Amino acid sequence: MKIHEYQAKEILRKYSVPVPGGEMATTLEQADTAAKSLFGAGNKIVVVKAQIHAGGRGKGGGVKLARTLEEANAASKAILGMQLVTHQTGPAGQKVQRLLIEEGSAIERELYLGLVLDRASAKVVFMASQSGGMEIEEVAHATPELIYKEYIDPAVGFAPYQARKLAFKLGLKPTQINDAVKFMTGLYKAFVETDSTLMEINPFITTKDDKLLALDCKINFDDNAMFRHKDLKELRDLAEEDPLEVEASKFALNYIKLDGTIACMVNGAGLAMATMDIIQYAGGSAANFLDVGGGANQEQIENAFGILLSDPNVKAIFINIFGGILRVDVLAQGVVNAAKKLGVKIPIILRLEGTNVEEGRKILADSGLNFQVGQTMKEAADLAVAAAKGGK
Amino acid sequence: MAVLVDKNTRLIVQGITGREGTFHAKGCAEYGTKVVGGVTPGKGGTTHEGWPVFNTVEEAVKETGANVSVIFVPPPFAADGILEASAAGVPLVICITEGIPVLDMVKTWEFVKGTGTRLIGPNCPGVISPGKAKVGIMPGRIHKEGSVGIVSKSGTLTYEAVYQLTTRGIGQSTAIGIGGDPIIGTTHIDALKLLNEDPETEAIIMIGEIGGSAEEAAAKYIKEHVKKPVVGFIAGQTAPPGRRMGHAGAIISGGEGTAAEKMKAMTEAGITVVKSPAEIGEAMAKVLGKA
Repeated sequence: MKIHEYQAKEILRKYSVPVPGGEMATTLEQADTAAKSLFGAGNKIVVVKAQIHAGGRGKGGGVKLARTLEEANAASKAILGMQLVTHQTGPAGQKVQRLLIEEGSAIERELYLGLVLDRASAKVVFMASQSGGMEIEEVAHATPELIYKEYIDPAVGFAPYQARKLAFKLGLKPTQINDAVKFMTGLYKAFVETDSTLMEINPFITTKDDKLLALDCKINFDDNAMFRHKDLKELRDLAEEDPLEVEASKFALNYIKLDGTIACMVNGAGLAMATMDIIQYAGGSAANFLDVGGGANQEQIENAFGILLSDPNVKAIFINIFGGILRVDVLAQGVVNAAKKLGVKIPIILRLEGTNVEEGRKILADSGLNFQVGQTMKEAADLAVAAAKGGK
Repeated sequence: MAVLVDKNTRLIVQGITGREGTFHAKGCAEYGTKVVGGVTPGKGGTTHEGWPVFNTVEEAVKETGANVSVIFVPPPFAADGILEASAAGVPLVICITEGIPVLDMVKTWEFVKGTGTRLIGPNCPGVISPGKAKVGIMPGRIHKEGSVGIVSKSGTLTYEAVYQLTTRGIGQSTAIGIGGDPIIGTTHIDALKLLNEDPETEAIIMIGEIGGSAEEAAAKYIKEHVKKPVVGFIAGQTAPPGRRMGHAGAIISGGEGTAAEKMKAMTEAGITVVKSPAEIGEAMAKVLGKA
């Protein structure tokens, strides 16, 4: 689960990790009030930052500096409601519905700190780099030796000596080392206690008066751990997610919206990915990823159909089921009932295999509905692609 | 031979009195696996579907001589279940549970890796040695005893591969579902090592998916150590970056974990990599000269 920068910074504050003062605004009036109060407190510069769940906001025009209230309000007006396009949003961009109005900082150096789960070592790793403000992936690709890493023993935790090592490698001044240790220790504590899978401070800055600040912060939480974090769950901003994905999540359906024309309904995540792949090899493109799970009942199948049919790009539906525990005849009956109930007009192509497959195929054939059944995955994919291209 | 599970397997089920635990305990027993009991804290001393139930794994092992445990405990408690089985000295622990918080697994694995316990999963379908024993949730009847070993991150894709083999008359020695989570006990390499050393296994199918770099590491291992023919498939060739495709571990992040990179590494290691999931069985038939 992703959250906004302003929410991430509120979490950091709770762990005594220093962040610039600021306020979130959803209207121009709120933005004006926030900017007034920051200038009133003596700040020379106020920063207006778009709050969306994607990186690269600055390059896309979503971050502006202001020296006067007028400039700040002009920036807020330009950013709030804009369709912000970054390398992470896709060409359509994301509508900006929230701003963070923040005090400006006198930046001396821009550095990078990150906590991430390292799969190969099965440990959390603390990363630091002197190349702050850049995409860390680019740094990792070009100069991997300039990313310093400390692997954290889960039983011992992040030890102060590890924080000192990173701080010295970042070239911090001796007077800043203690603050840096506190900063990093606070970050690790926040990471563990919020069940994060990613926490990035980019840039992590030193100011002209030698202070350390988290100028930006990105946090992702572990969805599987949200059952023990009711408070964090409330930070989810549904406006940042695809409406169909939000709808699907209400039914506990594992659905991801894509750009193609062939809707997929599959059991199992691996087979669902493989189904998208085989559609592409057949010359088409998948409209979505959908894993209905191993225990899909008729209600789930109806819910899934509802989601798939709400996508206006969909020209055909490809159902690929390998019935192991899930019996094919039960699935087929569910599909027939759901298709009748919802009055599905577009072609449905099925590939069914596994337990009670003959009974399942008979149910489809006797239904009076226009199903196309492929004997193999490849044949079904070819049928689906032909149907989507306007065969019928 | 086969690996991991066979006629000598004595299985206990952690969470045996739950709906999933009951259903699959029966499924394993019907397949011929020796299920010797189960564990549900607080229900010790009772019997469930004819099996003795124990309060702790330690007790269950002592009373039944169990050497394998399969875990059907809900996600908030499953990591603790793994720790308990490992601490009780169970040599093979197979965790089916999907949805364990990843930081729970970081701690758990740090403990388990230092013990003599081999962990399979979590978030996996389990392990089957056709004709000998099944410990997991896979449909037993699609399998056929034989000599192709399978290692896979995905449940349904494993069934798919098995089915393509069985319908071509090609049997399997052992199919190992290693799981789709970011942190798992037995990796592709560990499973490949077992299958490579198993005299009954003549060829291997390796199924991976996007996310992480375990397949690249496995490809390197195969190049250096595996003399048996390997057929490979990677799911998620068309998956968009930055999105978690169902499995917690199936995500391309920071340019790492793409299907293209994995397939390249596998091809360079001499693996017969198929692009379409429909071609796995046929490719293996060709490799074995049975096409």
